[in-house]
Amino acid sequence: MTAAVATAAPDKPRAVSDIGRAGKFLFWISVVLLCAWVLVPIYLLAVNTLSSPAEVTAFPKTGVPSFDMGSIQFFLSFQGVLKALWNSVLVAVLTMALSIAIGAPAGYALSRFEFPGKATFRLLVLMTRAFPLPLLALPIAVMFIRIGLDDTPVGLALVHTTLAIPFSVLITFSIFSGIPLELEEAAWTLGCNRLQAFQKVVLPLVLPGITASAIFAFTISWNEVFAASVLTVQNRTLTAFLLQSLSVSPLHLRFAGGAALVVPALIFIFAVRKYMFAMWGIANR
Amino acid sequence: MNSKTLPYLLLAPATIFLAVFFVWPFLQIAWLAFTTGGGFTLQHFQTMAGNWKFWPTFWNTIILAAIVVPLQLIMALAMAQVVAKLQAGRNTILYIFTIPLGLSDLAAGIIWLAIFEQSGFLNSMLVGLGIIDRPILFLGYQNLWLIFVAVILAELWRATAIVMVILVSGMGLIPREYYEAAEVFGAGPWKRFVKVTLPMLRPSIQTALILRTIAAFEVFAVVVALGGTTLPVLMGETFNWQFTLQDRNVAAAYALVILAISIAATLVFLRVLRTPKGATI
Repeated sequence: MTAAVATAAPDKPRAVSDIGRAGKFLFWISVVLLCAWVLVPIYLLAVNTLSSPAEVTAFPKTGVPSFDMGSIQFFLSFQGVLKALWNSVLVAVLTMALSIAIGAPAGYALSRFEFPGKATFRLLVLMTRAFPLPLLALPIAVMFIRIGLDDTPVGLALVHTTLAIPFSVLITFSIFSGIPLELEEAAWTLGCNRLQAFQKVVLPLVLPGITASAIFAFTISWNEVFAASVLTVQNRTLTAFLLQSLSVSPLHLRFAGGAALVVPALIFIFAVRKYMFAMWGIANR
Repeated sequence: MNSKTLPYLLLAPATIFLAVFFVWPFLQIAWLAFTTGGGFTLQHFQTMAGNWKFWPTFWNTIILAAIVVPLQLIMALAMAQVVAKLQAGRNTILYIFTIPLGLSDLAAGIIWLAIFEQSGFLNSMLVGLGIIDRPILFLGYQNLWLIFVAVILAELWRATAIVMVILVSGMGLIPREYYEAAEVFGAGPWKRFVKVTLPMLRPSIQTALILRTIAAFEVFAVVVALGGTTLPVLMGETFNWQFTLQDRNVAAAYALVILAISIAATLVFLRVLRTPKGATI
């Protein structure tokens, strides 16, 4: 009797929960598959990077790294690699500083003031989106030769800043818009002038967001290939160096180089993950 | 400093910067493409279109974009739906999904090279499973369509994340009540997706499509990493004319072609996916 009740009672709900369970199972399968789709290729690059040069060209592959540092050593001791790494960092840091120094004031102005020409400026910023910006490097290369900026980290950083500015303006605009004007006004009534109020009240609040958009600018520059290849000859960045040597370099050099590009990017994306959606949510309008 | 001049002072650096490094170079490109010795000419466009490589290059780029972008939209919608249903581990899964967003296209090309090269992981797997006897040359000129497939996979892998991020932030703006109302009227999950999610996501879908299509026309490093010059695309040919063939005018003409199809695509998406007046949330 008790057994009959036990089977009969959950009978009806079970049909529903079975469907639910099957659906849940399918759902988690798809989550796992999607994660694998993203992670497995990165894992395979890591396997190649952590294998000796001989293993990289060997066949068939096991898919398990031997943790041999041969490829990485070869990459780091290869002529020009360290300089390219240094140039990449230098250009990216310059881009980061420039895009914040130029973009943040504009973002602040857009969030705090109503003035004639505001719509025009926003249009200019949005227009940059419809343009294939790396192509700018072609005429700029000539401009740089004339003013002596050709083949310099500063020159390339200026072009990368053009790529990063639309983002830094829109992101800082959204960050400043999130700080109530009343906070600033309160500081003014307490005797601060505009600059002091900004420094003491607004700046501490927006600093994390500004940092995130700076890191974003860094990754834009770090990852950029076309303009870097056009504008640098002797002072190549890592992307330009790898692109130029793709057809001639051995496989293990390419994979170790790819890993050198990927690792910092992974760290940076991790650092700004909280802001990713706020950034793009705003970049929508 | 009064608040009349302050906004202009704050905007001045960005405006001057964009004028010098955005507006001026584009005028230069147009000038280079349309003039010779100071006079107007279409000669550079004729040189460009007369080269046997132009039309294959053009169609390769268009077809790549036409395959990659719609697939990305579908995949990103699926990923966004998955994310929307998640409770536990949502942030971790979201971070994993967005990883490729931070990677260079060159890095993505190299990553997929590790899979597709002759001694790569795909061949290793196929031989290991006994499907083939010896490794196939996937990325050779004999199998152009295989390079195409590899590039499509690499692009799907790399750039779907950005579409997903835009769609997820768009979905966050859809009020819950809409779904509840649809549920009250008996709409199932699929119907809710088609009748509520998709129409409400229209502005986000529009942004995502515009961004991705323009980026797809600029595909470059992925193709070079996987196929060298075997599969020519517009950006690669621009580079080629600038450096290998040393003709800056034809390179500028190529640049204008990329610009023209980018603007055309933008206008199409703006028109087709426009939000009806008064239909915003």
